[in-house]
Amino acid sequence: MRDKYSIEETKPIAVAMSGGVDSSVVAALLHREGAPIVGMTMQLWNQQRLPELATEAKSGRCCSLDDVYDARWVATTLGIPYYVVNFEERFEQHVVKPFVQEYLEGKTPIPCTLCNNMIKFDQFLEMADGVGAEKIATGHYAQIRYDEASGRWQMLRSADAGKDQTYFLWGLTQEQMARTMFPLGGMVKSEVRKLAEDLGLPVAEKPDSQEICFVPNGDYAAFIEAYFNEQGLDSGATKGEIVTRAGERLGTHAGVHHFTVGQRRGLNVAVGEPLYVIETNPATRQVVVGTNVDLQRQSFRMDGVNWISIAPPQEPVRGEVRIRNRHQPAAATIYPGATEREATVEFDEPQRAVTPGQAAVVYAGELVLAGGWIARD
Amino acid sequence: MRAYFDHNATTPLRPEVLDAMVEVYRDTFGNASSIHHYGQTARQRLEAARRQVGTLIGAKAEEIVFTSGGTESNNLAIFGLAPARPGHFVTSTIEHPAVLQVADELERQGHTVTRVPARASGREASGGEASGVVDPADIERALRPETFAVSLMAVNNEIGTVQPVAEVGKLVRERGIFFHCDAVQAPGRVAVDVEAWNVDLLTLSAHKFYGPKGVGALYVRKGVPLRKVSFGGRHERDRRPGTENVPAAVGMGEAAARVKRMSPTLRDWLEEQVLARIPEAYVNGDRERRAPNVSNLRFPGIEGEAIVIGLDLKGVAVSSGAACSSGAVAPSHVLLALGLSAKDARSSIRVSLGEGNTREEVESLVESLESVVMRLRKLSPAYAR
Repeated sequence: MRDKYSIEETKPIAVAMSGGVDSSVVAALLHREGAPIVGMTMQLWNQQRLPELATEAKSGRCCSLDDVYDARWVATTLGIPYYVVNFEERFEQHVVKPFVQEYLEGKTPIPCTLCNNMIKFDQFLEMADGVGAEKIATGHYAQIRYDEASGRWQMLRSADAGKDQTYFLWGLTQEQMARTMFPLGGMVKSEVRKLAEDLGLPVAEKPDSQEICFVPNGDYAAFIEAYFNEQGLDSGATKGEIVTRAGERLGTHAGVHHFTVGQRRGLNVAVGEPLYVIETNPATRQVVVGTNVDLQRQSFRMDGVNWISIAPPQEPVRGEVRIRNRHQPAAATIYPGATEREATVEFDEPQRAVTPGQAAVVYAGELVLAGGWIARD
Repeated sequence: MRAYFDHNATTPLRPEVLDAMVEVYRDTFGNASSIHHYGQTARQRLEAARRQVGTLIGAKAEEIVFTSGGTESNNLAIFGLAPARPGHFVTSTIEHPAVLQVADELERQGHTVTRVPARASGREASGGEASGVVDPADIERALRPETFAVSLMAVNNEIGTVQPVAEVGKLVRERGIFFHCDAVQAPGRVAVDVEAWNVDLLTLSAHKFYGPKGVGALYVRKGVPLRKVSFGGRHERDRRPGTENVPAAVGMGEAAARVKRMSPTLRDWLEEQVLARIPEAYVNGDRERRAPNVSNLRFPGIEGEAIVIGLDLKGVAVSSGAACSSGAVAPSHVLLALGLSAKDARSSIRVSLGEGNTREEVESLVESLESVVMRLRKLSPAYAR
């Protein structure tokens, strides 16, 4: 009888298993279809590392012991080989450090995109290569298809609009897409939960994770300060003034990393009408505030642009642009820049709180055309 | 084919040991501390096992305390010796976490700890790293008037280096300081003798020599004033409370009675093959003063973790580094203590052979290792040339 674990010759699929419902269903589905699979959990961050952030609620955060336990339980239930792989060093280098750095540069970064670009679809693919797997599968809500006409791999929004994760996946290359499977892309979450139940998965009832996995309770500022402490740096060095656009000084603040564009909370300045952060300026350490009207922007520049589904265009293209995760994509014209990695977005209607450091993703209907980083002016 | 090369993690149960244990589980269920016939029968088996374990290490039966394993034995030995007022404790940087983390806790309790490096000279180093053997002179220099104990392992679990226990024991005990030896990796690798080694306390774990998991022993030389660290009974001569685990102790005794010293022949052949067939492969640690069954190999530029997974998918079990609580692999603290960079430590694997390994299995290991290492190097940007 063939040893069920000696599967290398049949090109296994490496499944990224987080211990959550989605990736567990992916593993179970592929296993049910008879595909040889290897389950792997990426250990990205040690939750015990910054003791001042210790909280009671540990589940749903990346690499918590509970999640690894769940992933291992699912793998054992399925009878598939399973490993935890240690990507902590790379995660800190390519995700955590840039995250902290960008906050200090007055931006509001999205670590999930960096993690996808640098870890999940890079180092994880390498690890898959290492164990002889050709493809990887994850529980992301997005769709990948091969377009015969253009000879390109394309990314499309997930069938479940509410769960769609293309906002975080625009950085994938053709090579990465060619090797990636998103088995849940064509399903809605309720179907996935139903499947988890039908498949008898022990995690069927688990709540979805929402926050940035390594930041407890969504408190970025506390994370940045704890990380600074650990590194022996002084986060107080970004303290400064709160000013109006005209330069009028309204008060002081505890550090630019406490603020993001559009934020109202925590300003502690009392003026007649509601004030919002319009920009943070790391050079002068100023937080600039203004009214809701000042938050409206007609256009912005993108850098780090990746034309994911089509060849980089020479002429302006029309599309809908999403500027943050829950933002309703708005009609716009995208003007190619000096290089393929640059572009300018011109909205038909002004949009509120265009935030440097966040991603902008360009859609044409369901198709993801491009993504890039919102640049500072 | 499946082949197991992780005997320093654990060994399979010897069939005769299992038979003896099954018999006790089935027929001798009494509480060894009960005064009636059932208790007496169990007590007989327990004491016979104690004699067997004593014989293995040249100790008297009454000097053997059964515990739940090596970790508990180390905790009992060190905490059991620590004085009430702040004292000083000496150990090495390459100990098992079951000693190192006890030392950390001693510090939290107000004691002072010196961790001596393992840098005795006398090996041909492949990359300038230390030998992994402690120099007795370093221990001697670390001793202070208030030093209450020294703990040194007999055989390192990761690189297999054999420590100069007898010499260290002599110089430590001559000064009236207690000497503890974590000998978990010793049986079957080197001859253990508590007299020749000059030890006051010595830790054993049954599952490292083909006995059951969940049982170990602490040798406590007669007259050593060891204090209890857990409370609730007067078992084990008032040293370790709790109902005696008779079937496990019997298993440990039967395993102890069957310990055989391994020969280095197969390990040496394995290393010869690996070094000849895989370019840029290195052996970590001193190759001379070493247990006969261990080979810690380094393949610069690739991750040991990936090698272990790649080999496992080919049916070959080895290990790499230390397991985190999640099951992920962290670089070995032993290799780091030898002066290897984190990168080099992470590119290392540990092969530990056992009695059952055959030449065919070693051949299959070498072949799989060669193909996995070559594949990973082809992919590795760090190894691109």
